[in-house]
Amino acid sequence: MAVIDQTARAKWRWSLIDLVVIVFALIPVLWITSLSFKTPATITDGNFIPREWTLENYRNIFSTDQFVRALVNSIGIGLISTLVAVVLGTMAAYAIARLDFPGKKLLIGISLLIAMFPQVSLVSPLFEIERSIGLFDTWPGLILPYITFGLPLAIYTLSAFFRQIPWDLEKAAKMDGATQGEAFRRVIAPLAAPGVFTTAILVFIFCWNDFLFAISLTSTERSRTVPAALSFFQGASQFEDPTGAISAAAVIITVPIILFVLFFQRRIVSGLTSGAVKG
Amino acid sequence: MTATAEKPTTHRVRAAKKAKTQLSEGKKQERKLGWLLCAPAAIVMVAVTAYPILYSVWLSFQRFDLKFPDQREFIGLGNYITALSNQYWWTAFGITMLITVVTVAVELVLGMALAWVMFKTLVGRGIVRTAALIPYGIVTVVAAFSWKYAWTPGTGYLANLFTDGAPLTERASSLAIIMLAEIWKTTPFMALLLMAGLALVPEDLLKAASMDGATGWQRFTKVMLPVMKPAILVALLFRTLDAFRVFDNIYVLTAGSNNTSSVSMLAYNNLIRGLNLGIGSTMSVLIFLAVAVIAFIFVKLFGTAAPGSEEEGRR
Repeated sequence: MAVIDQTARAKWRWSLIDLVVIVFALIPVLWITSLSFKTPATITDGNFIPREWTLENYRNIFSTDQFVRALVNSIGIGLISTLVAVVLGTMAAYAIARLDFPGKKLLIGISLLIAMFPQVSLVSPLFEIERSIGLFDTWPGLILPYITFGLPLAIYTLSAFFRQIPWDLEKAAKMDGATQGEAFRRVIAPLAAPGVFTTAILVFIFCWNDFLFAISLTSTERSRTVPAALSFFQGASQFEDPTGAISAAAVIITVPIILFVLFFQRRIVSGLTSGAVKG
Repeated sequence: MTATAEKPTTHRVRAAKKAKTQLSEGKKQERKLGWLLCAPAAIVMVAVTAYPILYSVWLSFQRFDLKFPDQREFIGLGNYITALSNQYWWTAFGITMLITVVTVAVELVLGMALAWVMFKTLVGRGIVRTAALIPYGIVTVVAAFSWKYAWTPGTGYLANLFTDGAPLTERASSLAIIMLAEIWKTTPFMALLLMAGLALVPEDLLKAASMDGATGWQRFTKVMLPVMKPAILVALLFRTLDAFRVFDNIYVLTAGSNNTSSVSMLAYNNLIRGLNLGIGSTMSVLIFLAVAVIAFIFVKLFGTAAPGSEEEGRR
């Protein structure tokens, strides 16, 4: 009887603690969502929950080129960068996890250095270099640094995943006459797919999130991503408060993140934790 | 870091050369494939970072203001003297250090608590982890706007929590809000890294300790912390370097007004707003050096096992 009582109490206690964590994590998200649904008249009332609900803010931002264009840029640049970083990262991580070759430690060292690199140190040289070779304010101009900083993340996460793959299957395939390359494509790649997918999510979140490069290496709507565009948002007219528009745009770019987190929580957690601790 | 990584490589290359004649055909192919697979990643990473940082050093020795391009000339360490004798630089440096130390310290404590909750909770483990991932995943600028509006008088629900004034127009409260935003955003990341360390603590060891009459606190400090030490140091290293780069939150929350600029903010302002490439590059180099020093201190002083540096590829 006493034991049951104890577990029940423990459960209650944990529920309470869980609730604190959830509230702590969600409040800023709920707040900006609430703001995005407020009418212009009530947006400055300071109420946490809107008194009047409206979709006007969303209609407004989707009717402006400024936001739609930025959204297209964000999605396009994010997807291309992720794709390239994950492909290159998969190749390198496979080599690191599986093959023995001189220079492996150097590559790991370089990745680590870049993971710790202060990005702002690259802003001024890249600004000048990209201006002189015509990459400034273009998609490739942002994709290049995103690939570079996505790669260490990809290499670490993937090599951690690759170590958990049953490699005997590869040997078996090779015994059946497959070359190393074939063994990789036919046997290992399908097994590695979940890890690759998880890595892709992490890299995409990184690209989606970036603000410093986005605001420094772009100057027009041509390649400005949403986080950068947000800081330039003005109201529809000069005298209009942009709070509602910014909030609505902020909610829109938070939706993919929420979906990732909801559907792939387990994968993201395992990706982040396995990539981090190996020492 | 590169230098230390290079040494064993050259040794190995030399040893490999000696053994070259003995290398089987398969081994040779393996090496070739290894290089081939790593080359694209290595080339991109080096091309986009090493060259620009060297170029940045070159630019930092010049007077180079894009508003007066004709006055471009080589001035040696002139920019460094200008930057380092400038009060703004040191203010920004102090602010950055303050934000780094405070946020990382708070995050370590909160992160440990959150890691414990995510690892141990009896109910709703999935929900807690999902909720905790939201701050990690959310776009920093979005979160920053949410905090900004929350503290804006009239608009926000928090604005009049402590004072009647506008918290984001005063230095101390602005800094506190910047730190709050940083802590909210990055504690889950810290917690996840620490949770990976928690998973390494053997359950038997904890049980044995509690049999021997160790209190909860003793179990934590005597059993868990030593086992978790590598994970803690890695988490601290990554978060410290990340915190030192703080930019997004400051840009949105205060734009650096009332002396709340970080070094990243200052470098950005000199470059993009001021179009002064010489000074901007000088600050880039200085920040790079500062980060290198911090990383060096961590690796030397605490013996942080850099992730992957030891065991990588051997398992």
